[in-house]
Amino acid sequence: MNSLFPNVQWETIWAATSETLYMTGMAVVATFILGIILGLLLFLTAKGNIWENKLANTVISSVVNIFRSIPFIILIILLIPFTKVIVGTILGANAALPALIIGAAPFYARMVEIALREIDKGVMEAAKAMGATTAQIIWKVLIPESLPALISGITVTAIALVGYTAMAGVVGAGGLGNLAYLEGFQRNHNDVTFVATVLILVIVFIIQFIGDFVTSKIDKR
Amino acid sequence: MITLSNVTKIYKAASGNVTAVDHVNLHVAEGEIFGIIGYSGAGKSSLLRLLNGLEKPTSGEVIVDGKDMGKISGSELRQARQQIGMIFQHFNLLWSRTVRENIAFPLEIAGVPKEERQKRVDELIQLVGLEGREDAYPSQLSGGQKQRVGIARALANRPKVLLCDEATSALDPQTTDSILDLLVDINQRLGLTIVLITHEMHVIRKICDRVAVMENGKIVEMGEVLQVFRKPEQPITKRFVKQVTEPEETKEAIAHLFDQYPNGKLVQLTFVGDSTEQPLITQLIRQFDLTVNILQGKISQTHHGAYGVLFVHLAGADDAIERALAFMRQQQVEVEVMASE
Repeated sequence: MNSLFPNVQWETIWAATSETLYMTGMAVVATFILGIILGLLLFLTAKGNIWENKLANTVISSVVNIFRSIPFIILIILLIPFTKVIVGTILGANAALPALIIGAAPFYARMVEIALREIDKGVMEAAKAMGATTAQIIWKVLIPESLPALISGITVTAIALVGYTAMAGVVGAGGLGNLAYLEGFQRNHNDVTFVATVLILVIVFIIQFIGDFVTSKIDKR
Repeated sequence: MITLSNVTKIYKAASGNVTAVDHVNLHVAEGEIFGIIGYSGAGKSSLLRLLNGLEKPTSGEVIVDGKDMGKISGSELRQARQQIGMIFQHFNLLWSRTVRENIAFPLEIAGVPKEERQKRVDELIQLVGLEGREDAYPSQLSGGQKQRVGIARALANRPKVLLCDEATSALDPQTTDSILDLLVDINQRLGLTIVLITHEMHVIRKICDRVAVMENGKIVEMGEVLQVFRKPEQPITKRFVKQVTEPEETKEAIAHLFDQYPNGKLVQLTFVGDSTEQPLITQLIRQFDLTVNILQGKISQTHHGAYGVLFVHLAGADDAIERALAFMRQQQVEVEVMASE
């Protein structure tokens, strides 16, 4: 093993892996919640819906589009002052979170919106005819009925987030991306880059597997 | 139970206003099964949605169980809606819930405690005959079973009114009949008022007490089903009545008969209620010097009695035929002499 990967220090690798997992995990949870809120707002304020409001819809939609359009690496740099204020530092795994979440949530919000639009209008009408409140429609109809699409959407987003963590690593957030860049690229240790890449691939495959499994379990259509 | 006074519903569209419901006046008594028939686009769907406030009238008053559905809103409207069940052409069940959970859905909305909810769901499953399918998902059910879930769900909060939106249009004829039987059963057992919309006269014939015919947003004809069957006045009503009384090939057959019997008269007889049981043809042959040839006939059962149509050919002396026609007109039978085209 050591002759095959002479420069790999396994302890550092595991530390980097757990940092990557930490960043991805935290960002996925926050993106899931924020994305669903934004997606619901986009959906509900759209034309012909419960909270139809052209102004609100345009504002939310523009914000989502703007943040979705900024390349992630630039977004990190733009958010440095903001990160400094709320996290207190611009180094380490926590410092990567604001950029990760702000980068991924609008992306996921669009997927949530599409998932909600796929719900049969008749089912919402039925719920309204039964006297459901808007909150009941959201919790008992919209979210359960779109759950498979919400889960497959967050799977795609989580995989994108793994890529984002690697980019964030380059500017000092830690994790496997940081390791591959500093140890692997800058010191010309190709074996480290290779191991980091393989581990990132493994993480991606595991996420995809879990996502597919959960989606197929909850989809009763 | 339901009163509509001068109700109009106008949709604003870029291409101009669309009047979906046009000055409709209507009264539905408690416990009645009231049918609204019309082709698609006639406005019946909008009319039905005015009854539970899913649509608001542009003008006029919609009173259901004493509440003005066009005026109330918020929690008052939601409370009122819990007293009005609704079933749909495409069932509109939640695919993510089992049969049991789907039926429990309106009870959850109404805030019924869990234990009571389960008891009520069990009763409803029995009522609609879905024992053994409680834990199935909608995707595992047939169309008829799905509509049974829809009906159970609509009845969960013990409503006073049930609205049926083309409830049998997506079902095959046999399943349609079993669902209609279930509706009649519910109507009689629970004293529920039912308002249904359909484009199938079969549905009206089978279960309705009264019917309204809608065209271009207006009610063009309204009355007891048997009366409407006997004497349809508007052309559109006649077309609907023909759906059940005349087999499709009748027109061709009649045309053919005019060629075959150039003499005598082709007559359409319409019997309603008790008159369907009279031995009219026997009397005709015995009393008049006529040859009577039965060409085609059909008897349909309505909710309030039988209704039959008979096509006969009368041959003989002209005055004998005239006297025979006069005799039949006295017998509570609608007589129509058919002219060749």
